[in-house]
Amino acid sequence: MWELIQSNRRKSLILFFGMGALLIFIGYVFGSFYDPEAGGAIGVLFAIILWVILSTVSYFAGSKIILAVSGAKEVTKDVHPQLYNVVEEMKIAAGVPYFPKIYIIDDPSPNAFATGVKPENSAIAVTSGLLATLNRYELQGVVAHEMSHIINRDILLMTFAGVMLGVITIMSDVFFRGMYFGGGSRYRSRSSSKSSGQGQVIIMILAMLLAVLGPILAQLFYFAISRKREYLADASAARLTRYPEGLANALEKIANSSHKLRSANKVTAPMYIVNPLKREGMKLADLTSTHPPISERIKILRSLQQGVSYKDYQKVFEMIHGKKEKIIPDSALKESIPVAPVSGLANEGIDFNPVEAKREANDAVMKLNDYKFINCKCGVKIKIPPEYNNQIVVCPRCGTKHQLS
Amino acid sequence: MIYFIIFLAVIVLIILFFVSIYNALIRLRNQVKNAWAQIDVQLKRRHDLIPNLIETVKGYMTHERQIMENITKYRSQAMNAQTVGEKAQAESLLSGALGQLRVQVENYPDLKANQNFLALQEELTATENKISFARQNYNDQVLMYNNKIQMFPSNIVAGMFNFKEEEFFEIKDVAEKEVPKVSFN
Repeated sequence: MWELIQSNRRKSLILFFGMGALLIFIGYVFGSFYDPEAGGAIGVLFAIILWVILSTVSYFAGSKIILAVSGAKEVTKDVHPQLYNVVEEMKIAAGVPYFPKIYIIDDPSPNAFATGVKPENSAIAVTSGLLATLNRYELQGVVAHEMSHIINRDILLMTFAGVMLGVITIMSDVFFRGMYFGGGSRYRSRSSSKSSGQGQVIIMILAMLLAVLGPILAQLFYFAISRKREYLADASAARLTRYPEGLANALEKIANSSHKLRSANKVTAPMYIVNPLKREGMKLADLTSTHPPISERIKILRSLQQGVSYKDYQKVFEMIHGKKEKIIPDSALKESIPVAPVSGLANEGIDFNPVEAKREANDAVMKLNDYKFINCKCGVKIKIPPEYNNQIVVCPRCGTKHQLS
Repeated sequence: MIYFIIFLAVIVLIILFFVSIYNALIRLRNQVKNAWAQIDVQLKRRHDLIPNLIETVKGYMTHERQIMENITKYRSQAMNAQTVGEKAQAESLLSGALGQLRVQVENYPDLKANQNFLALQEELTATENKISFARQNYNDQVLMYNNKIQMFPSNIVAGMFNFKEEEFFEIKDVAEKEVPKVSFN
């Protein structure tokens, strides 16, 4: 686990500085396109300011913004005890000191995501639809997947990658707008400059190329990182729970759901466990997809018969993919302890009751909307709407009077 | 002079090497201790849940006196256990008894619909999962620590500073071996 964190930290740093250099270069080229003398400096300045602002905002407020945009509400243990317990189980399995905050999104479409650039103030958000459709093992698998994103520091990496994508897109946008509105100024500045010539022609071609290809390449790069992170989180989840079937079943249920997530958009889509914007029959999706094909993720998880270590995952991935591609960083593959899947689980005897799960999920949403719950001694659960302004509630079964505080 | 410097450098390197091994051993041992603390917390939590469970269940399950007595007995045994091995033994007996209770609950539909019982059942399941995940983590840490102690060259440092191997926390499946007593009087 430690090796993975190190490798991801390194990648984040490389991405951060490499991205900086790239943006300065693009800024210079775009600026020089408009004004060969002073434009370069202005372009660089513009790029740096944009980069600093976007990085700062997304680093310090990104997770708050994303949670707010998705309509997630923070919950305590009593809102959905099972969810809280499952998160704690995964925290214990990973042996990490931090406890992520838990959020519920009131949406019938099953999905989940994790956020927070630092593990100490990370959060896991799940939809009420997820709680209603998954059994305990499956929920465990999903939470383990999200927990892995947090533990592996994926979110920091994805945040920086997202900022890079954003800055490049905005810059090429500004560039094209400039061409559309201010084409004339370009001519003027060029005729007044003495140093125009071959250099300027190269700059012009380069600028056009960067403006057209930059955003596309940045996007492909972003998607490629995102896909790899998903595989890696699946591998970590299998390793944490030692029960890959749980996550496999959960992915299957999520994929088969007909609901569409209301609050998801292009920016937040890569964060979810399953791409919420996925349309049917998208086959060219391989390059432009933020997530690996679900069927393939399920197949890999189900083929982890011998063991659930990173090494096993990499092996099965290559077998199913038919080509050599590093999904797991080398450092994590060196891990020496054998990791066998579990056979006898502690909660094997508990069967899934879809009605009960749906009720629990509904209750959670009601609690989010300030309903009060009282468990009467006789075993009846009394649900009190926030409009109720009487001080005493009588149990409909046994007649016990409950004082509302 | 140059040989002396080389000699000195080699000595310093060897010392640094040993220090790094020593630190790694200390880190691993602390991780084992921390992992054990996690198990302990969850075991205590389970012990705390049991009186509540008995209280809720006893009104409904009038015919399962034996199971409930076993649970109470194994609980106090588990609370008094000292070593890792003893604890593992007592806790697996307790798990077995709780498992039997869980099977019997199926015969009491009223109990299954009781919200207090459902809440307790979730807590118990969660605690049992937490125990098994904490155990998984603990055993991984112990394995890494023991490997380090046995392997060359860290075994030299481990021998010098008296690092001892730790015991795995293994829960045997006692429930299956123990045949439930049936009496006809």
